[in-house]
Amino acid sequence: MLGYILRRILAIIPVMLIVAIFVFLLLRLTPGDPAAIIAGDMATPEQLERIREAMGLNKPLLTQFFTWMGSLLQGDLGTSLISGTPVTTMIGQRIFPTINMALLTIVIAVAIAVPMGVLAAWRHRSWVDYAVMSFSVLGFSVPVFVIGYLFILVFSISLGWLPVQGYASPSEKGIAEFLYRAILPSLTLATIYVALIARMTRASMLEVLGEDYIRTARAKGVKESRVLFRHALRNAAVPILTVIGTGFALLISGVVVTESVFNIPGIGRLTVDAILARDYPVIQAMILITSATYVVVNLIIDISYTVFDPRIRY
Amino acid sequence: MLFKSRNFDDAKTVLTVNDLTVSLPPAAKAPPVLNRISLTIRQGETVCLVGESGSGKSVTSLAIMGLLPKDALFVTGGRITLSDTDLLEQSPSAMQDIRARRVAMIFQEPMTALNPVMRVGDQIEEVLESHTSLSAEERRARVIDIMEQVHLPDVERIHRSYPHQLSGGQRQRIMIAMALVLEPELLIADEPTTALDVTTQQQILSLIAELQEKHGTAVLFITHDMGVVAEIADTVYVMKSGDLVEHAPIETLLRAPKQDYTQNLLRAVPSLIPRAPRAAPGGDPVLKVESLDMIYGGGGFFVKRPGTHAAKDVTFTVARGRTLGIVGESGSGKSTVARCIMRLIAPTAGAIRLRDTDIAHLSRAQLKPHRQHLQVVFQDPFRSLNPRWTVGRSLIEGPVNYGTAPAQAMARAAELMEIVGLPRDSLDRYPHQFSGGQRQRIAIARAVMMQPDVLVADEAVSALDVSVQAQVLDLLNDLQESLGITIVFITHDLRVAAQICDDVLVMQRGVVVEQGPAAAVLANPQHEYTKSLIEAAPGRAWDFANFRELGAA
Repeated sequence: MLGYILRRILAIIPVMLIVAIFVFLLLRLTPGDPAAIIAGDMATPEQLERIREAMGLNKPLLTQFFTWMGSLLQGDLGTSLISGTPVTTMIGQRIFPTINMALLTIVIAVAIAVPMGVLAAWRHRSWVDYAVMSFSVLGFSVPVFVIGYLFILVFSISLGWLPVQGYASPSEKGIAEFLYRAILPSLTLATIYVALIARMTRASMLEVLGEDYIRTARAKGVKESRVLFRHALRNAAVPILTVIGTGFALLISGVVVTESVFNIPGIGRLTVDAILARDYPVIQAMILITSATYVVVNLIIDISYTVFDPRIRY
Repeated sequence: MLFKSRNFDDAKTVLTVNDLTVSLPPAAKAPPVLNRISLTIRQGETVCLVGESGSGKSVTSLAIMGLLPKDALFVTGGRITLSDTDLLEQSPSAMQDIRARRVAMIFQEPMTALNPVMRVGDQIEEVLESHTSLSAEERRARVIDIMEQVHLPDVERIHRSYPHQLSGGQRQRIMIAMALVLEPELLIADEPTTALDVTTQQQILSLIAELQEKHGTAVLFITHDMGVVAEIADTVYVMKSGDLVEHAPIETLLRAPKQDYTQNLLRAVPSLIPRAPRAAPGGDPVLKVESLDMIYGGGGFFVKRPGTHAAKDVTFTVARGRTLGIVGESGSGKSTVARCIMRLIAPTAGAIRLRDTDIAHLSRAQLKPHRQHLQVVFQDPFRSLNPRWTVGRSLIEGPVNYGTAPAQAMARAAELMEIVGLPRDSLDRYPHQFSGGQRQRIAIARAVMMQPDVLVADEAVSALDVSVQAQVLDLLNDLQESLGITIVFITHDLRVAAQICDDVLVMQRGVVVEQGPAAAVLANPQHEYTKSLIEAAPGRAWDFANFRELGAA
């Protein structure tokens, strides 16, 4: 098991190296002069020369790569072309709102979706099942911004229970203030994950509920709730975990629409702003971070399988 | 003492089933699944419920447990009384309390019947948690006690184990411990030994008998195996498509069965006495296996792990038109040998000569011309045919691959359908439209389509009812005589081996312990293992087909 984790961690190195090479070439292999791309249409030759000098673009490609990798390994992701602040600082400011929101979203989604899916599978082909399935179609198909504005309309404007937008850091303003502001955007984001996780839970549970050991549990006179949650759900866990994990990774890499609707200073908006402004160092950093998130989350998912299913041993 | 002949006239009645009728939903407009079934089980008695698949044995047991699948099967008449409790009148929660406390059940496949992600100790303890208010320590003591009663070794370790870490026999012992921990009045055992090896089966049967004796439990034992019935039953009830056709004390039933159905059921039980040896063949052997070795696994990234030596130095030859049986329990390596012969896997060492060509180490491409001479019939006819293909398409696929014109192959397939006893129009139908026995006929036809020299039958009749089993064995025999095919017959069932094989090879843990003519090996075994296998075969002293003791001619 430890050997497996070690191997998997070592396997991250080549994956990330390939991503890094891709990110490096992204700017260099774009048609045209990178300095001209960076400087924009109105640049003078002197400005271009200064940029080439500053970024080392006049050196051989291989030298450039090793210089870039060297600083990358020291945690230096470069400097924003627009604001001139180090990219690490920019991301450091934006990453926490995103992580906090993602965690809250996933917790809400799992808390709602798993019982929903279990219930739907238990009452297969009853009105409960049909209601859950209809909700999931709705959750998939209604665009996030519609749900977001709908929630604002109902909970903030009509009922006046929650603020329209904004973000409060839990470490600075306290958990209560954070939840007060984060609950609506998280609910909005959670809708699609509730739909997804509920469907997956239902499908996986339906399969498990047909198994012999469920009949055994009932033959033992075990309470139905216990049959469902202790016997069935744990056996149904692996595909559900996979969906939750992938969902979480997607959330970390940024959710532009929700961040825009609720005015949250997260990673998603940072990325979009960087793309619109052609802020290459920031874009490069975002690709690297997103890839790393996926790799790490996948590793965590794979390891978590062993917790739920003792037959899985690596 | 051949049979049990205990008297239960004075014993208390534990279970009475009166005119029980179970039906499909009214919309299905089908005849009832159970038609006015009545049976009685007394304290300490073992009642065997026998019948072929689909006769309603398991439905009866589930109806007693109150576990009929919701929305699919309904009790539409009759009464089920446990001591003085009318089970059909109980509320769901009252029924839940009765299960495990007063009626318990064990199932066929102990691997799938146990929750794979829960420690077995916890699974037993859960029964106590659900039905008693014992403290954690008291519960644990009870669990340990019952685990000792079912003779599990190293109780402390097994208590912490997961089902996949135990052997089949140990798993079934866990199931029994779970069922008996609350000392129920009635134990229902649904084919509890069918998935086990014969020696394990014998141990489990004697364990059930021992605990029954100790606690005075009434046992309802469901099985299709007449050997097991002869071994354990006090009373036998025979079921046929939802009807109870006959019931009698065991000895009466086996000596003087009244109904035709019962007589046919008994006649179909294959005899342990090997069939008359056939004349030894002339000519060269078709298949020669020399010093075959197969090691699975091994390797490893950081640590070198030893592999599993699944077959060691296996050597045999089979001549044209003969049948070789490879007999052994699970893990004996018999299937490994079959797969090597088929070249589904490549053996680690040794030679497999098919008509003088060594195919043991040929590459995929080199193998292709030889594949058509080697065909296989698998155990499970429900899974060995592509469900989305018509039978005809499955049948002609092989010959067409080897260049036969489709029309010509289809004509041959139609002929074969008749030879295996199915209508010609079966070719346009899909596998699910056939019964298990018919599907196995189709699987055999598919293999024979290729006009193979060697047919490997891997447990090819093990999933079938005895009457169907007899028919399929006859079919194989006829095909062999008309086409001169060589058959390698892999089986765990000595009765089947005795009926079809000319020669037998007995394997244990990858090693051939004994081989020779079937008549010699099975009638006069030399090796301890072969002896123990034959001794463990249930009902071996009874000649079922002739309703008398063996040898009482």
